[in-house]
Amino acid sequence: MSGGILSPLDRAIVRATQEGLPLVERPYHAVAEAVGTTPEEVMARMERLLAAGVIRRIGLVPNHYALGYGFNGMTVWDVADEDIAEAGLLVGNLDFVSHCYHRPRHLPHWPYSLFAMIHAKEKAAADALVASIAQLLGPLSRGHLVLFSSRILKKTGLRL
Amino acid sequence: MDLVDQRLLNDFQRDFPLTARPYAELGEKLGINEDEVIARLDRLSRGGSVSRVGAVFRPHAVGASTLAALAVPPEELERVAALVNAYPEVNHNYQREHRLNLWFVVTASSAQAVRAVLDDISGRTGLDVLDLPLLEPFHIDLGFDLKWS
Repeated sequence: MSGGILSPLDRAIVRATQEGLPLVERPYHAVAEAVGTTPEEVMARMERLLAAGVIRRIGLVPNHYALGYGFNGMTVWDVADEDIAEAGLLVGNLDFVSHCYHRPRHLPHWPYSLFAMIHAKEKAAADALVASIAQLLGPLSRGHLVLFSSRILKKTGLRL
Repeated sequence: MDLVDQRLLNDFQRDFPLTARPYAELGEKLGINEDEVIARLDRLSRGGSVSRVGAVFRPHAVGASTLAALAVPPEELERVAALVNAYPEVNHNYQREHRLNLWFVVTASSAQAVRAVLDDISGRTGLDVLDLPLLEPFHIDLGFDLKWS
């Protein structure tokens, strides 16, 4: 299911909920009022988007930083194109990796093609997570970097 | 933050009820009433521990996006960061410890609209923008175990 086949009402619901559900007794009723439909329709459509994988999950989105996970590391790995699927599945299945994506390399300066985000409360713990990814990948990784974030300059929900 | 806050944050990152009164259902599981659930979520949101309560969308499920990076001279960083942040299409922007020191996500209705933002940023800053669109996701984001200690 691609974005192209979402109906106008689906898109309106996405737009109305992308920055969060309202903290009121009947949040789906509030969304329904905003987009001009019934609350039953809002819930049914969100259920369908969830089943189709357009919505991955519905729930609380914690802010790792505010909760003490001050070490946010973007780990990037130079993996050969023919190994990317194997490496991606290995790393993506780790429970401490919050996001794992294949992105294009830009040679000569940026050879890294596999991105995995890690979060830790201390530098030593973050380093240990990186080391365990390196060990898991073994020769599948030809080199890696960890880019720790020093500041969040902006973080908002999806906006369309 | 007490034990109830911790359970709220850890146990309800997925499977949030699609029912008329979802906060009442959370309350039943936590042994508190609906008003208290809403009050706690409001407090945690204002305090910054909760970014939002709602749906997490698959990348590119709606619209298009990319991860972009800039190598900004340190003395220019504040000015360029403010310039990048001012775009409504930029929803994340992080300073990172690398020559490529500004990393941001651009989300828009189409790939062309994303490209236009990158070109605009490049034109206004005189910097090359590294464009790293997602090719394939390897992780189904089901939440993150906060491991309270």
